[in-house]
Amino acid sequence: MSTTIFEKGTAGKSGSFISANDCPVEDLGFARPRGGEIGLPRIGEQDLIRHFVELASKNYHIDKGMYPLGSCTMKYNPVINEEVAGLGGFTGLHPLQSEEDVQGALELMYELESDLCEICGMSAFSLQPVAGAHGELTGMMIARDWFRRMGENRKTVLVPDSAHGTNPASVVICGFTPKTIPSNEAGLIDPEVLEREAGGDTAVLMLTLPNTLGLFERDIERIIRIVHDAGALIYMDGANMNALLGIVRPGAIGVDIMHVNLHKTFSTPHGGGGPGSGPIGVREHLAGLLPVPRIVKENGRFSLKEDIGESIGRVHPWFGNFNVFVKAYAYIKALGGEGLREASENAIINANYLMKKVEPHYDIKYPGRCMHEFVASGRNLKKFGVKTVDVAKRLLDYGLHAPTVYFPLIVEEALMIEPVETEKKETLDHFADVMAAIAKEAEEDPEILHEAPVTTPVRRLDEASAARSPELCWPGEECMPGEA
Amino acid sequence: MVPEECTYTKEHEWVCNEGGVAVIGISEYAAVELGDIVYIELPESGSNVKQMDPIGTIEAVKTVAELFSPVSGEIIEVNEAIIEHPEIVNRDPFEEGWFIKIRMSDPGELDNLFSFEEYSEFLGEQED
Repeated sequence: MSTTIFEKGTAGKSGSFISANDCPVEDLGFARPRGGEIGLPRIGEQDLIRHFVELASKNYHIDKGMYPLGSCTMKYNPVINEEVAGLGGFTGLHPLQSEEDVQGALELMYELESDLCEICGMSAFSLQPVAGAHGELTGMMIARDWFRRMGENRKTVLVPDSAHGTNPASVVICGFTPKTIPSNEAGLIDPEVLEREAGGDTAVLMLTLPNTLGLFERDIERIIRIVHDAGALIYMDGANMNALLGIVRPGAIGVDIMHVNLHKTFSTPHGGGGPGSGPIGVREHLAGLLPVPRIVKENGRFSLKEDIGESIGRVHPWFGNFNVFVKAYAYIKALGGEGLREASENAIINANYLMKKVEPHYDIKYPGRCMHEFVASGRNLKKFGVKTVDVAKRLLDYGLHAPTVYFPLIVEEALMIEPVETEKKETLDHFADVMAAIAKEAEEDPEILHEAPVTTPVRRLDEASAARSPELCWPGEECMPGEA
Repeated sequence: MVPEECTYTKEHEWVCNEGGVAVIGISEYAAVELGDIVYIELPESGSNVKQMDPIGTIEAVKTVAELFSPVSGEIIEVNEAIIEHPEIVNRDPFEEGWFIKIRMSDPGELDNLFSFEEYSEFLGEQED
């Protein structure tokens, strides 16, 4: 186990090259002087670099190998994105600079909004939300205000059981009540069931499309008609948009509100390499409700407009994660319309190819064609005393990242696999071979799987203790009451 | 409480009728399937519930499950011990790891649940 940077510190050491203060010290009068050290690690530059290189070498990431984490679209993040986002004209910006100074940045945001509108068939986009779930929440706020303005008090949001787990959470945080719509045998929404559930109290149907089983709703036209006939809105969780670029424009088929994840579909990094970005798009009738400020173009000049009466207001300080916009913009412009469509087509082909390769060794609950991802199950290995978690841990020993496991909840022992378009056939073949080898190990020597992983920097972690009694302070630190 | 005399649900909960009061918990199968339980959320006693209302959340390391009320009535007691120490449910789901007690408004509802034999059969089908 690595030590934390705080443990590596040595009193008196410093990597800072800031010169000593030679300005007169002003007594601000109202300020409370700091009582002592603020507890930053005392570490020299070389040890600092070694610390982070050590951590990076232990980490698994998309630049190290395949990352088939279902629902996360772990595609390659092109280097050109980083180069463009690193241009001094972008990195040196301050959000309080005058509009005159930042015309290029505003133009980039304006163009990115327009491109997302074109791709998704929506009338307007706001780039402000900084994560997918943040986009969902913003979308729910727009729906809430829309019905308020209409003088309607609708309380229920219908959420299929094949939706992303964040959907019902966003619904609750916004003050609506989620109602689960069970999937049918084919893993899809049953229009008959929807017809029964949708009514005068329904505000929104929150649809993940394609759903978390990697399936496109075959009855989408009827589904949308039912919801609209009930006077409700359609929200589309566009986290799986990587299956639809240039193939389906959600706004054109009647989706009212949707978000996209720049850090999935549009090739910007995830997690620690992020941050995220979950722009929210709406059709014409809802455009006025989008968060402010809006970027407007008048006589070739760009400006930020704050005073829009209908707007739900701000959902984030400043303008969202600007640096991420630059990378997504670079990606969209580099691929163009044809390229984006090709990306989605290849994502679908890769997923279907891999599903067929995995199928002889694992249960596939919804066989047939999938979109950009599919859900396998380790259910067939239970008879050997092996669970999906064991398969996932064993994959790490083979130098591969595990798929998403135990989600969606409607598939027992689920393994949710999304290979993405940027992996070549040989990589997919290798992953399938490893999956087959693990299934064989399960049958012949399940103990190998119970012991896994054995080659990783840390062995199997005690997740139960970590969740039940987490230690939230680094060694040597005095914890504040309630922190540990 | 005798397992053979209790009733069970498709959601893998057990219900034992103790003089009109339903004692409710999750089955051994559910406890094993969920794995290490790390957090349990239960309603306050005093609230009224209908059969199949969601009444709580069970969070395990790998997944989150909802607890549904197998009967209608008034919640008269919740097991505070399992909220403090969820591992009790993994250790002893049938006795010490009970979840909730409900004074039933319609004990007849127990008839539309599984008997011990029916539940055992249901489990057999799950294993296939």
